[in-house]
Amino acid sequence: MRNYGSILSYATLCALAVAAAKLGILNAYIQLILMYIGINIILSVSLNLVNGYMGEFSVGHAGFMAVGAYVTSILNVWLFTESPVFGPPLLSPFSAVFLFPATLLAGGVAAAVVGLLVAVPSFKTRGDYLAIITLAVNYIVKSSIENIQPIGGARGFMGMRNVIGSMQAVLNLPWNLIWVFICVGATVWIIQRLVNSTYGKGIIALRDDEIAAEIMGVNTRRMKIVAFMLSSGLAGVAGGLFAHVLGYINPGTFTIMKSTEVLVMVYLGGMGSLSGSVLSAIALTIALEVFRPLQLVKWVVLPLLLILLMIFRPEGIMGHRELTDVFPKLRSWLPPKEGRI
Amino acid sequence: MFLETVLQNLLNALQWGSFYALIALGYTMVYGVLLLINFAHGDIFMVGAYAGFFVASLLLGQYTGFLPSLPHALIFGLTVAITMIITSGVGVAIERVAYRPLRRKGASRLYVVITAFMCGLILENGNLAVLGASRRSFPQLLANTAHSVAGVAFTDIKVLVILTTILVFVLLETIVRKTKLGMAMRAISCDRMAVPLMGIPMDAVIVFTFILGSSLAGLAGVLFATAYPVLDPYMGAIVGWKAFIAAVLGGIGEIRGAIAGGFLLGFVEIFVAAFCPSTLRDLIAFSILLIFLSIKPTGIFGVARATKI
Amino acid sequence: MTLLEIENLTHYFGGLKAVCNLNLRLDGSELMGLIGPNGAGKTTVFNLMSGFYRPMEGEIRFLGRSIRGLRPHEVTTLGIARTFQNIRLWNSLSVFENICISQHCQLGYGFFHSVLRTPGFVRSERRVKKRTEELIDLLGLRHYAPEFPKNLPYGLQRRVEIGRALALRPKLLLLDEPAAGMNPGEVDELIETIRWIRDEFKLTICLIEHHMRVVMNVCERIKVLDFGETIAEGRPDEIRLNPRVIEAYLGDEEPADARGN
Repeated sequence: MRNYGSILSYATLCALAVAAAKLGILNAYIQLILMYIGINIILSVSLNLVNGYMGEFSVGHAGFMAVGAYVTSILNVWLFTESPVFGPPLLSPFSAVFLFPATLLAGGVAAAVVGLLVAVPSFKTRGDYLAIITLAVNYIVKSSIENIQPIGGARGFMGMRNVIGSMQAVLNLPWNLIWVFICVGATVWIIQRLVNSTYGKGIIALRDDEIAAEIMGVNTRRMKIVAFMLSSGLAGVAGGLFAHVLGYINPGTFTIMKSTEVLVMVYLGGMGSLSGSVLSAIALTIALEVFRPLQLVKWVVLPLLLILLMIFRPEGIMGHRELTDVFPKLRSWLPPKEGRI
Repeated sequence: MFLETVLQNLLNALQWGSFYALIALGYTMVYGVLLLINFAHGDIFMVGAYAGFFVASLLLGQYTGFLPSLPHALIFGLTVAITMIITSGVGVAIERVAYRPLRRKGASRLYVVITAFMCGLILENGNLAVLGASRRSFPQLLANTAHSVAGVAFTDIKVLVILTTILVFVLLETIVRKTKLGMAMRAISCDRMAVPLMGIPMDAVIVFTFILGSSLAGLAGVLFATAYPVLDPYMGAIVGWKAFIAAVLGGIGEIRGAIAGGFLLGFVEIFVAAFCPSTLRDLIAFSILLIFLSIKPTGIFGVARATKI
Repeated sequence: MTLLEIENLTHYFGGLKAVCNLNLRLDGSELMGLIGPNGAGKTTVFNLMSGFYRPMEGEIRFLGRSIRGLRPHEVTTLGIARTFQNIRLWNSLSVFENICISQHCQLGYGFFHSVLRTPGFVRSERRVKKRTEELIDLLGLRHYAPEFPKNLPYGLQRRVEIGRALALRPKLLLLDEPAAGMNPGEVDELIETIRWIRDEFKLTICLIEHHMRVVMNVCERIKVLDFGETIAEGRPDEIRLNPRVIEAYLGDEEPADARGN
């Protein structure tokens, strides 16, 4: 079946990459870049669901990332490691290997619940006002974390390296890399399936004309809840992964600047284009690395690039199209899009 | 004793809120005319503070050897005037270079908002890159004598800030309601399509709006730097965002809204800071905003635009 | 059984009374017309019937059940579908997808099914596609199915809107000025189409229209509104001779249109 071809190829590529990492062909720096790319893909694709497919202007994505990062990290450190904050581990450190996806999911669910804080106001407000609310939620999350002293407050939280360490004690594999690959695959798979179903297309109808959608029978409130919760939940998962890649997190990482990075990725790739979000996440992560020596100036160059993009090609790299629209031969290789005749 | 504390906090709140109000005015006017949240506006406030710093230092003779020694009050006045001109220039430049091309193309509002956001980032980080991270200290130009009435302490600067804001409010209301340009501004906010068809030069009115808004941000910048002399490149970001919240709280697009929202937010922050640990200040302010907007999404003075189908 | 019953419906906008003490009764398979000058409140009545506005006074009962307080999509699930005065199609989606999406409330599956692609999902999608294909063929839109609505001529867009409404298998179809902007040829087609829809789908149609030719040739019963109030109701031949209607709407001059030409 056509569906499985792409999943198989992705799985094979990832397996090769993991093997290369294990064998030392891919050094730590390249692995780090690959993981950042993966995390950024998840962030970009999840934000695109709300900003692109649903046409809202959510500017606080980093807030959801923070929720996921902290929840997953706290759970992992508390359950699986010896830490100054929580004391001895509650469960055997070796079970971390099996339970890591559960804690990641828990972080995602927590972030999805926080996403409700934005979803519910979106019933009555749209556009600019909703942007402020998303901004407020981002700040509230960051401020709240700063005020919770037991988990480090503004100083940050760490201990995730021990979690990875105990996972590697069971089976010595680059676990961070593996989980990033799995989550990226899952994210793209979920979003692609949702948006290609008639149910998911209700989100696009909502964007194009919300009143018509509501009157023609689309339960717009439910669609908004689904979209916001899925989007923030995935951001939470990305946050959890991010926390374990870095080994240390603090609230200062999850400010409007981080949200802006994700915004740039979404608009660079093209709103409403899944392949666009993936491509731009890859492009931007690499660009940020390449421009790293420029340090601060990169934060002048990047916004400038985006302004030029807005003036000359506001629809981004892909616009509303997908890769299969540009390269039709790919269609035989990727899962079919329903509804296109 | 308690009354004194309340009155003291009231006064502090009026002053603190004045800054928000002055900056919020710029947000609200541009929004009323262009339906655009000018995210770069908070950074124009920052530019105002820095421009004021350089102008004042220049006039004080710190860069040249031969400037005559002028009375400090005069330097202050000149600094304010020149800074307002500079910030108007920056505002108009941004409008010309970034917003106008998009307007011409008929680009969706969203793209213009993103551009505004990026302009703000460029201003902040440009400042950081060019001037470095070290904080600067605004020169003291006004004798900050403290007075005390009925146990409430206030300084000259506090009074100046509050009086300036009230004056600005009266001035703006006059401009908007009594002059032709003001009428044109109100016309644009009602129906953008009809305005050029009626022979009103849209571009001119828009430029005027930016001049007004940006110069007020510059004024706020100098006043803020006078009251709190430490400058840093990100000062516009946080104060700007809060002023934006104030504008929305008051009802964006309404001048009374900007003033009301500014003072309201000032009150909330000062009273929260008086009774709760300071780290909770931002948290509570944003939470109140969230709750308020859920109840009355259009703000205090805002008017809901009904959709007709 | 009475399909739709409206009793003493009154609705204000600020101080303006848009609809005043409206009474209306529709039984199955009727073709009803709502006419009147601009601003008479006709679209407001439709908006009240769809649940977009909540009536200030009065009752609306559909199949015996009050729809007051229901959200628009809930009213739609009961069986009321409509088209809009200004075409409101979803322009990022193809004509085919537009007609699929209006069946959203009848999908019977949710988020998890669409991601996991359960058999329930597959069955549902197949049913939706089948109904869409049927409608597309019935309405002569086969050639335009993959197109985006904004690329189509006006008359075709109106037809897509009607198709979209029909996909819901409604019991009551509200058409808001379906002939607006059409040339005489298209108007003739429209008259045929509306009659055919009523016969083929066995539903009740209520339409707002200014094109007197459509109204007089299609409607079995006409209600005339002016300033939110009913000034006349009856068969087309009665209405066209009614002096109050002529004065308010049809015009004192030789009413060429009123004769149905």
